[in-house]
Amino acid sequence: MSEWEELSGVRVLPAARPRKLAKVPFVELADGRLQGVVSSGSDIERVYVSSVAAGDFAFACSTNNNRPCGGVRGAFCKHIEAMIDEAVVQYGGQRVARYLHVDLGSMAPNATDIRSLMDQVRPSASAAKPAAQVFSRFLRHLAYLELEPTTEPLPELQWFAPSRAAV
Amino acid sequence: MVRAVEGSGVMRADLLVEPVAGCDEALAVVDGFDRALAGGLLRPRAGADVALAALADAVGGTPLGPLVTEAAEKAGAGVAGEEDLVALAGARVAILGSVHDALVARLDEATWRTREVWPGAGEVTQQSANLLAAARSWLADVARVGWHGMDHELVAGAAPVVSVMLPDTGLRRLATLLDGFAAELAASCPGATLERVPVRRWADLWSRAMLLTEPGAAGSRTVTGAGPADVVAAAGSSSTTATVTGRLLPLGIDLHEHATAVQAQIHAVLEPADGGAPRLVRASVSVPKPDTVVGMGVWQLLRPHMSLIAAFSEGRAMDLADMPITAEGDLRWSDDKARRSEPADPFAAARLVLPTATAACTAPLARHPARIAELVFLEGYKVADGVLELSGGRLVLDTDRIPEASPLTPELVRASTSCIGLVRWDAGTFTLQPLAVEAPVKKKATAVHAGAWAGGTADKEGVQAEKAAAEAVTVLRERAGKLLRK
Ligand SMILES: [Zn+2]
Repeated sequence: MSEWEELSGVRVLPAARPRKLAKVPFVELADGRLQGVVSSGSDIERVYVSSVAAGDFAFACSTNNNRPCGGVRGAFCKHIEAMIDEAVVQYGGQRVARYLHVDLGSMAPNATDIRSLMDQVRPSASAAKPAAQVFSRFLRHLAYLELEPTTEPLPELQWFAPSRAAV
Repeated sequence: MVRAVEGSGVMRADLLVEPVAGCDEALAVVDGFDRALAGGLLRPRAGADVALAALADAVGGTPLGPLVTEAAEKAGAGVAGEEDLVALAGARVAILGSVHDALVARLDEATWRTREVWPGAGEVTQQSANLLAAARSWLADVARVGWHGMDHELVAGAAPVVSVMLPDTGLRRLATLLDGFAAELAASCPGATLERVPVRRWADLWSRAMLLTEPGAAGSRTVTGAGPADVVAAAGSSSTTATVTGRLLPLGIDLHEHATAVQAQIHAVLEPADGGAPRLVRASVSVPKPDTVVGMGVWQLLRPHMSLIAAFSEGRAMDLADMPITAEGDLRWSDDKARRSEPADPFAAARLVLPTATAACTAPLARHPARIAELVFLEGYKVADGVLELSGGRLVLDTDRIPEASPLTPELVRASTSCIGLVRWDAGTFTLQPLAVEAPVKKKATAVHAGAWAGGTADKEGVQAEKAAAEAVTVLRERAGKLLRK
């Protein structure tokens, strides 16, 4: 085996990079999609649930009550664009592009280029409507803030080192 | 004890670059198993049966022997059941445990350190059998398809189990492990397109999780038979009946984190009030977190839950009264058993008290090279190309482990004249993770700690990070307040 394969402590996932959460409180690369929750510009009670699938970039956007987003007609709406931008801040452009299968070629992995590369494929609206699932993932994510701390040692966390180095 | 008195106290780093007998052979057996696991045990790859048989041979003389032989045969034929997979995981853990012991013995020789022996069995913790079974079933499914056969749907199966486990702090150890492990697998799906696989790491995480699904494995109890459950359970964590009273001198903070959990572990020397030999101890605090809480945000989450963090940041010792402690040297921290004490200089403690301190041992089940994190104090070294050279030996510097929100930088480590750190071992090499250094800052020798900002900071850069992190948590708490209680 190569040395990398033999490392117990190898860092597989870099830590998320800090970002402001007010506009896009939640993004994740999961279930073969980039998906997230985007605040409505006008109504504090309303959020949009947006997603883009890896590979064909099939997209969806609706409110958490399943009302379709008015801006999502044949192309990415501003919520999807904001979600992609924030995902690039949080995970870095390389990781977002790799997960979505965006071939960057020699381009820099910034959000604008990643968006325009996806645009060129003329993606269509997704047949799947993952809003409910994504929203419940968001609630699960928020629930982590409510869990009790413990002073019992967790020995297995020795395997999870913090990392200064971006992977 | 005699050796500690006779020793010069200067680390014999030359011993750390010499091969440790038997390690390579043991690791070759582990690698064989790990490759079989990577390919999946439902349709074992060519040669998997040989690798599995070698694993069984390696533990042939132990109580696990007959069980593992049977499990290896079944796995080689693609018909392993969950109990068989637990037995195989147990064998792998046992082999790596022996590697751990050889490495720790070498390290003790190099550091002139005296180590306690494992006292044997202790309490049994009660855990939900249903949840453990659900976790095991997911782990078994993962093992059947292997890293190259996994997909999003399979990996997503961990989430519901983890969600139910996390609120129960008695299951936190397994839940936190599964959560971090599943996140890595999810980010690597589909496995069929993976270019490279962290073969040993994922086998480590899988086998540890598998063993923790044995009821009682996170606690410990007496051996009553020779089934895998008994072997595992007897080797679990440790007895908690002991307490300690005395002065606690914190020397450094080690941080562990994955996307959705963080743990601070404070390494300290305890001077018992009864005048006994000083002991190396740890105090830990951990909490699950959303993945967007990072950097300074993780210190903010941990800070309110352990008074020792503030004491450390203020450079103070603490007086402990009847604080529970495990046989592994882990304090079971509770703020009401600790009082802020006098200022105490960690470097003075590292120079004067650390060389005389006795180390605890590791619980049998917990032994693994990745668990080695031995507190040392070093000076009189040279740093070149990321390597610390001293007394005829060398330690590779792991400055990557310094937390993001920290005033300690790789540059300061390079310029340092002395260092408090943790010696670790990975893939054949001993490394040094700096926890603190003394280095010239504006031409003045200054102590800089990796965990200096744990309790808060007045540093300009640190204050900005504090503010941004606090804002992020405020946004999330506001959302949680609106959405989770609807
Ligand atoms: Zn939209």
